[in-house]
Amino acid sequence: MADEVILLDYWPSMFGMRTRVALEEKNIKFDYREQDLFNKSPILLEMNPVHKKIPVLIHNGKPVCESLIQVEYIDETWPGGNSFLPSDPYQRAQAKFWGDFIDKKVYGPTRLIWGAKGEEQEAGTKEFIEMLKMLESELGDKTYFGGETFGYVDIAMIGFYCWFDVLEKCGNFSIEAECPKLIAWAKRCMKRESVAKSLPDSDKITKFVPELKKKIGIE
Amino acid sequence: MAERSEEVKLLGMWASPFSRRVEIALTLKGLPYEFSEQDIANKSPLLLQSNPVHKMIPVLLHNGKPISESLVILEYIDETWQNNPILPQDPYDRAIARFWARFVDEQIYVTAMKVVGKVGEEKDAAVEATRDLLKLMEKELVGKDFLGGESLGFVDIVATLVAFWLMRTEEVVGVKVVPVEMFPEIHRWVKNLLDVDVIKKCIPPEDEHLNYIRARMDSLKLKSV
Repeated sequence: MADEVILLDYWPSMFGMRTRVALEEKNIKFDYREQDLFNKSPILLEMNPVHKKIPVLIHNGKPVCESLIQVEYIDETWPGGNSFLPSDPYQRAQAKFWGDFIDKKVYGPTRLIWGAKGEEQEAGTKEFIEMLKMLESELGDKTYFGGETFGYVDIAMIGFYCWFDVLEKCGNFSIEAECPKLIAWAKRCMKRESVAKSLPDSDKITKFVPELKKKIGIE
Repeated sequence: MAERSEEVKLLGMWASPFSRRVEIALTLKGLPYEFSEQDIANKSPLLLQSNPVHKMIPVLLHNGKPISESLVILEYIDETWQNNPILPQDPYDRAIARFWARFVDEQIYVTAMKVVGKVGEEKDAAVEATRDLLKLMEKELVGKDFLGGESLGFVDIVATLVAFWLMRTEEVVGVKVVPVEMFPEIHRWVKNLLDVDVIKKCIPPEDEHLNYIRARMDSLKLKSV
């Protein structure tokens, strides 16, 4: 019996992108279902009743929620090929630490950069740059966060790359100037088919943000 | 199983649910460890060096190598010492366990903190919101002795935060956030937890803990005046 894999997602979501990349990396065929977050579908509400958020991965009818949990689930369920997490427990713990860091510390400031104004926006920009520098320091001179192989932390972070243009415009700063190694890393990742297929073009995101602001009621 | 010369040290704080959950895991695995009580107001060089990113406890040092973030630490312990498994084996069950663990930390904990930190209408709203979240946990316990099923698991260890912190705060906050009439399953689950030796051994002693919570709340009130 073939696996049935459905992904409930929203095209600009950097979290959804993680799961897309993970599925593509493992060559898993999946049914991508675009969701309208302003008019949530019955399947979304049924499959993620607790948070009612995307992405939701549905494998043979059973839902898995939370993007990093999905990435790990994909790695454990389809163990062939490229492993996202190292086999050594200590290295795994470091990878999970940085995945958690991205969730807790990197995402928040981005909302202030595109969604806020004045002091709040400036504070968001400052914080974001600080967090990126921490990530860049962790990356060092490695090809990927995990070393030579593309993995969990790369997957956790790469979705933010297509948002960089709009963040730079809103916050009036240059990420390349602040974190050149991180930009070089992102460009390397973009050469991977899984990533190129999963991330929308930067200018689509840049055009989308003003529309999003109108929809959620901020100028 | 190979014998290893292990040095396990935990930088923690006696009243922190995040620190105590690591102690539960270490004790469940029968691992001897050195506990180092940290002063959060005056952070030690070792803490700052071991967790430079967040500068928070708990930090596990295994043969000198630091691991931070309690959920990451729990998984590390489970992967390194395979006796008395904490997480289930099946990938789907693991994904569900991880989901509920995050739910406790990112939803219940954050909302419950507002019960302690706010007054008046805002406090009432926080109580309501916490109860709504706990109703989901209540549903999960129907027909089960523990959140992990027949025996204590990952989510139970994480949710000790609810059993022995949130519920203990009720005494001090003067609001029954988790009344037994509304949450019979949760109350039954707490009793089940208290029957487990490892839990009894690893939770903060009640009287001392209540005094500590009272003192913290008083200092918070003083700050808000």
